This record gives sequence, structure tokens and C-alpha cells, in this order.
Amino acid sequence: MAARVSERLQVLTGHQAVAEAMRQIEPDVVAAYPITPQSEIMHYFAEFVANGKVRTELITVESEHSAMSACIGAAVAGARTMTATASQGLALMIEMVYIASAMRCPIVMAIANRALSGPINIHCDHSDAMLGRDAGVAQLFAEDAQEAYDFMVMAPRIAEHEDVLLPVWVNLDGFTLTHTADVVELLEDELVREFVGEYRPKYPLLDVDHPTTQGPFALPEYYFELKRQQVDAINSVPRVLQEVQAEFARLSGREYQGFFEPYYLDDAEYAMVVMGSTAGTAKEAVDRLRERGERVGLLKLWLFRPFPREEVATALEGKEAVAVLDRAFSLGSYGPLFLEVSSALYESERRPRLYNYTYGLGGRDTTASQLEAVFRQIRDEHLSKEMHYINLRE
Amino acid sequence: MANIKTLARREEKQLRFGWGHALCAGCGIPIVVRTVLNSIEGPVVVANATGCLEVATTLFPYTAWNVPWVHTAFENAAATISGVETAYRVLKKRGKIAKEIRFVAFGGDGGTYDIGLQALSGALERGHRFLYVCYDNEAYMNTGIQRSSATPLGAFATTEPPGKTSFGKHRHRKDLTQIVIGHHIPYVAQASISHWQDLSRKVERAIAKDGPSFINVMSTCFRGWRFEAKLTTEIARLAVESRFWPLYEVDEGEWRLNYLPEEPLDVRDWLKLQGRFAHLFRPEEKKEVIAQIQAEVDRQWEELLARCKVVPTV
Amino acid sequence: MFKSYRALPLGGVIQATPDRAKKKTGDWREEKPVWDEGKCVNCLLCWVRCPEAAILTEEEEMAGFDYDYCKGCGICAHTCPTEAIEMVPEEEEVPKPEPERERAGAAQGRGAGRGRRDGSKSE
Repeated sequence: MAARVSERLQVLTGHQAVAEAMRQIEPDVVAAYPITPQSEIMHYFAEFVANGKVRTELITVESEHSAMSACIGAAVAGARTMTATASQGLALMIEMVYIASAMRCPIVMAIANRALSGPINIHCDHSDAMLGRDAGVAQLFAEDAQEAYDFMVMAPRIAEHEDVLLPVWVNLDGFTLTHTADVVELLEDELVREFVGEYRPKYPLLDVDHPTTQGPFALPEYYFELKRQQVDAINSVPRVLQEVQAEFARLSGREYQGFFEPYYLDDAEYAMVVMGSTAGTAKEAVDRLRERGERVGLLKLWLFRPFPREEVATALEGKEAVAVLDRAFSLGSYGPLFLEVSSALYESERRPRLYNYTYGLGGRDTTASQLEAVFRQIRDEHLSKEMHYINLRE
Repeated sequence: MANIKTLARREEKQLRFGWGHALCAGCGIPIVVRTVLNSIEGPVVVANATGCLEVATTLFPYTAWNVPWVHTAFENAAATISGVETAYRVLKKRGKIAKEIRFVAFGGDGGTYDIGLQALSGALERGHRFLYVCYDNEAYMNTGIQRSSATPLGAFATTEPPGKTSFGKHRHRKDLTQIVIGHHIPYVAQASISHWQDLSRKVERAIAKDGPSFINVMSTCFRGWRFEAKLTTEIARLAVESRFWPLYEVDEGEWRLNYLPEEPLDVRDWLKLQGRFAHLFRPEEKKEVIAQIQAEVDRQWEELLARCKVVPTV
Repeated sequence: MFKSYRALPLGGVIQATPDRAKKKTGDWREEKPVWDEGKCVNCLLCWVRCPEAAILTEEEEMAGFDYDYCKGCGICAHTCPTEAIEMVPEEEEVPKPEPERERAGAAQGRGAGRGRRDGSKSE
């Protein structure tokens, strides 16, 4: 089937791309609270609401905690529900994110990644996203506005799949992606609507003829088993994601195969693992080194939760050395991404030397030259197992 | 206005709440819940803040609720119900729901006066059509009688106990009803488990409003207040008789006093029936503290009377 | 008892089927209310103040207690304006035992869910 793409190649910011996806999906309820660098997503969406372009009810709550609470209320009621936030907003929400997951609410959330306070900072890193690491949410990371748009369109299908029924986060780097314009190819409205389909909740609270008690008190004899259900749910995400990707490819012509994009990875001796917009910078570094005949490559991770352990291990084993780039601290240990990658490779007999780099906290720039230097470093030096830092004044 | 027989008839037809919950024998909260739910005709959906009511009525896999019920956390019953109510409006507009459904949130004083105040305020300001019922038992009973901002001056609380240098709680209670009135929503009232008819009528008025409404219900806790369980509604009645807890409403901006105690009880006579105030009487009477409580009751009463357009005659 | 976490409902949702209320609380009682039908004026104040919904009514009239759920708090006896309810120690012989009848025609109501008042299992 030929790709049925509209001719709407547009120059959009990440905000606009996400808002356009939300417009096309037209959720029943959106509840959100302003925070930099997320706010503009809601500005654009509020315009759609104000001009009758969507029939969505926008709840302009008084905090992110209430945003998530209202989203859960709407989702259990039986409505398709979305929100967007960042940083401190996500931190305030996080209590409710755990509960949304446990109550099996398929809420789609755009996260405009921003550093956590303190000190307060409005710029990008992934420390906010890492708050969701253990919460029971599926997490996708976008490299550019196009990916953010595509993931937003795919997200309801993943979240609402009967084997999943969990929140899905679409992470896009604050400012770097949210505030910069890029060429984005949108699908036609009708196609998106067909693709996401109708939301059919399993136990809608509003079914007053079949009353349900939702969010009960579970003592030790039940709590563990109820949590165990979430394990199956999140472990269903990779299969569902691949199904959705395949269908999306038929629809859009854009192929997302699996859980990460390999870039010159197959024959690489030295590799880098990275998430988000910095993948673009890393590709530049790879290109430059490849031009000089260096066998370097990149693993750009889309799916952080659930972590695609086996696939990542298979892609990286046999390399000489791998640099895992974290844009967040897990203070007192290695970076969250490094811990995942090293754990995934533990069983491998051909595991590469692994190094952990932290970069870009609080919006610190990371350049292609700096990433070239990282490749050279892991090639030439026998580095310590300590954390390494990119562009930090030691 | 529904009489008691009408309420009984409704419960005969559909018991909405009350199957084998684990609230204390003699708890005031289920009296509030039954009266509220029986006073609403037609489908109703309930949200509940964390607290005694929530933990004791939904011990998985059991539930005491025969109406749709949702709990998410402690501080957010109003935010949660605002999501449910918004979903209802959208789904109704989209033709996915035909029935008329009403929405009620229940929270204790901890979940309403304190940790849930922000979510309540936000939901009231946004104008969702729902009734918020605070069952006010004047402390954090579920977690062990810690002081809340609803705990009255001089009362015992595990986090502000009387001792050699303390007479119990040092601050007067917060007047949440007045805070809610400041939101200028269609209907706000104070009620008590002792006056079921007044409460039932208030629920009817509240639920008929096309917007938010709020009822603050005095719901005694024999365990935390330390009196015999059988006196649960009686102690609540005396709170009203002593003017400590006036029954009044603000309906579309009009203030009305709903009950005028014929011979108001000295607040002292209400305090001395409760173990939580025992230290104000023994070993010797702490007259200044009791006078302070009485003065605040009198001051608030006068303030209220001055605002009320309608005052019943004795 | 369930054998696997898979047998539990999604997200711990409890459906309000009659089974949901099998948690009987009658064994909490130390004292038990006893009703003197002759003194009762059917004001139903006991009914409205019962925390357990354990005062039964039929056709809007007092019809006795649901001992499966009554916890014996004594509010009903204290509240009764005609002293038609008395609290007696649980082990004592009840002077006028409740007739063991089932509530009539309450498919949607309490009868359907509670089973029999004598504590036998509901169908």
C-alpha cells in the first residue's frame, strides 16, 4: 500500500507538532497546568478548543497534581484522556502517575523534558523523565519534532491496548525540540482518527447500571498480586509497540522498527547509546568519524520503559567499547540508562567495555566535537569505571 | 423535601452504601453517607479522599458501595471528581451517555481543610457540577487522632497533647465553611449528623444546583473525642445547641441560619462530655482556656447572625 | 482463595455484585439491640442514625435488625424516643427473636446482596 501522506509538510515547533497530534486524536478530556517548557503545547491546544476545532473538554486545573488526578478521574470514568507537563510539574504529579498506572489508566502524556530543581533551571535534561522509571508507565523518547508527532499518534494505541492499559509518556527535549522549528509531515486528520479509533473502556465508572469500586484498599494478602498485574501490562508494551509501528508504517510510510534506531551500528567497533535530541548531534559525530574511516556507530533508544534488554544486548555485544550517555543523575550510582545497558549486557560473553558519561544537565550544550572526543576516548584510553562528564568544568 | 419514609423507601429499593464496612461500631461517618446518598434521587457517582471512610469501606475484594465509587489519593478528591464530571459532560455531549448522573465527593477534615484544600478550591472555582461533603470529625482519626486545622482550641491530639506546659491544641479551628463561601459558588452549608432532616434538605438543595456545592457536616468520632459510642449523634446535637457548630446555609449568596438554639448551651457543658477536653477540667479547671473557647464561639455566632438575612424564630 | 494474580480483576476494580459484601460484621457485637414492636412508633430515627444500615425496613416501617451487620453500637437504643429498643448482652437469650424472614422482592435492593438475615449463605 502506498503511503497515504498528506501534502502537509509544515514547519512546526515541537509544541505545535504535539498539539497537532492532540487535535487530530481529539481526546475527550485534557487536564493540564502551565509549566515551562510545556506551556505552549496547551496554548495551541486551547486555541483549538476555543475555535471549535476539537470537542475536547480542557480542564485548566490549579496544579499538576490535580491535572493528573483529574486525568485519572476522567480515564476511569471512560474518557480518552491526555495531559502534558515537565520538570517540577511532573515531580508534583508523580504520586498520581503511580496511581494512574495501578488503576490501569491509558493516559497519554507529553513530557517536555526539563531539569529538576534545585537549583531551579528551565532547560533540558532527562531527570524529570527518570521520575517515571519505576512508576509503571511506557516511555518513548523523540529525537525530533517528527518523532514526537509520530509517537503522540501511536501513543493512544499502545496505552489503550487491552494487554497494556497504562500511561504512555512521549518525551521530547525541552527547548531543543519544543521551541525550535523543524519540517514535520502531518498525517491527514481522518487517517489519524481512523488509526486511533474509538476508546472502549473496560470498566467505565460512569456505567451506573454496573457499579464498580475503583481504587480500593488492598492489604498484604492482595497488594502484591495486584502489583504483579502491572508487570504483565508493561511487558506487553514491546509487542504492542511493534504491531502499532507496523500499522503506522503502512499509514505514513515512516518505518519505526523496534525499540531503537541503529545508526552505523552493525559494523561499529565503538558505539554510543543516547536518547532524545542529542542523537542528532551524535549522528553528526558518527558521520565525521566514519568519513575518516572510524568504525563508530550509535544506538538511539526510543523505548526506555519497558527497557528492551535483549534487543539492546544483541545490538551491542561484540563491540570493543560502548559509551552510555545519561542526561540525568541517579545520585549515588551510575546514570539510569547506564545501569540498564550494563545490566542488559551482564549475561553476554562478548560484552564490550562500558563507560558512563553524563552530559547536558540543566541545558548544558553538547557538541558533535565533544561526542567525537568521547568516541576517541573510549577507543584510545583505558578509562576508569568512574562517571565521566561531558563539557563540565572539573 | 423528602421525609424519613421517602428516604427509607429509597434505601429499600437500593441500598447504596452500608454492606459490611469496617468503620468503628458507632462511627458518625456512615450516618453522613447514608443520609447524603438517600437524599439524592437517580444515579450518583462518588469520589472519596483517603481516610477512615475510604479504607474501611473498600477492603479489597469487598466493598460497601453499591454506587460507582472512585478513590485515587488523599489530597485530591475534588480534582478526581472534576475529571469524572468533565468526562461525563463530554461523553453526554457525544451521545455516549444518556442518563442524568450526579456527583458527590466525600473527604474528612484532614482531606478537606488541610491537604485537600487546594484541589477543593480549584474545583470550586472551575465550576464543576458536584457536591463536596466534608465529614468533619476535627482531627486525623484514621492515622491516630493527630491535630488538623479543624481541631478546636484546647482539644487533645496525639501531635499536640496536653502536658505540663500545654493545654492541648493552641490554635482555634479554621473556618473552612467561610473559606468555601468566599468562592461564591451556588450553595454552601453547615450541617450535623444530629439533624438528619436539615442535612437531607441541604443535600437536595445542593444537588439541584447547576454548579459546585459544599456541605460541611459535623461528624463526631467517639474514639478520638472519647465518649461512649452510643452518644455519637447526641454529642453532635450538643455541638449545635452550644452554637459551637451553627447550622446555616448560603444559597445563591443569601445567608440563612437554619436553627436557633432555644436556650443555648454553655460550651463548657459540651466540652465536659468529651474525654478530649478532660484536661481542661482536671485536676483543676482551666477557666481561661474554656473562656477563650466560649469567647470565640460567641464572636463567630454574632458574626454569623449579622450576615444572615433569614433567622428562624425560637 | 485465588490461585494466581491473573484471577484478580484488572487494576483491583471491584464489581458491585452481591458477593462484594460477604464481610459480615455481626461478630463485632458485644451487645445486641432488641426491639419491642409494641412500643415502636415507626419514627425511623433509629434507621436514619444507624451507621451500618442494619435497621431493616419494609414498606417504610421498622422491620427489625440485620444481625449479620449490626455491630451493637447502641445508637439506635439511645436514639429511640419510645424506648422500644434495648441493648442486651450478646450471649443472653433474646426475649423476642427476629422472625427469620427474607426481605421481599428486593432483587435490586439489600436483600439480593445480603443473603439471609440468619447468616446463612446467600444464593
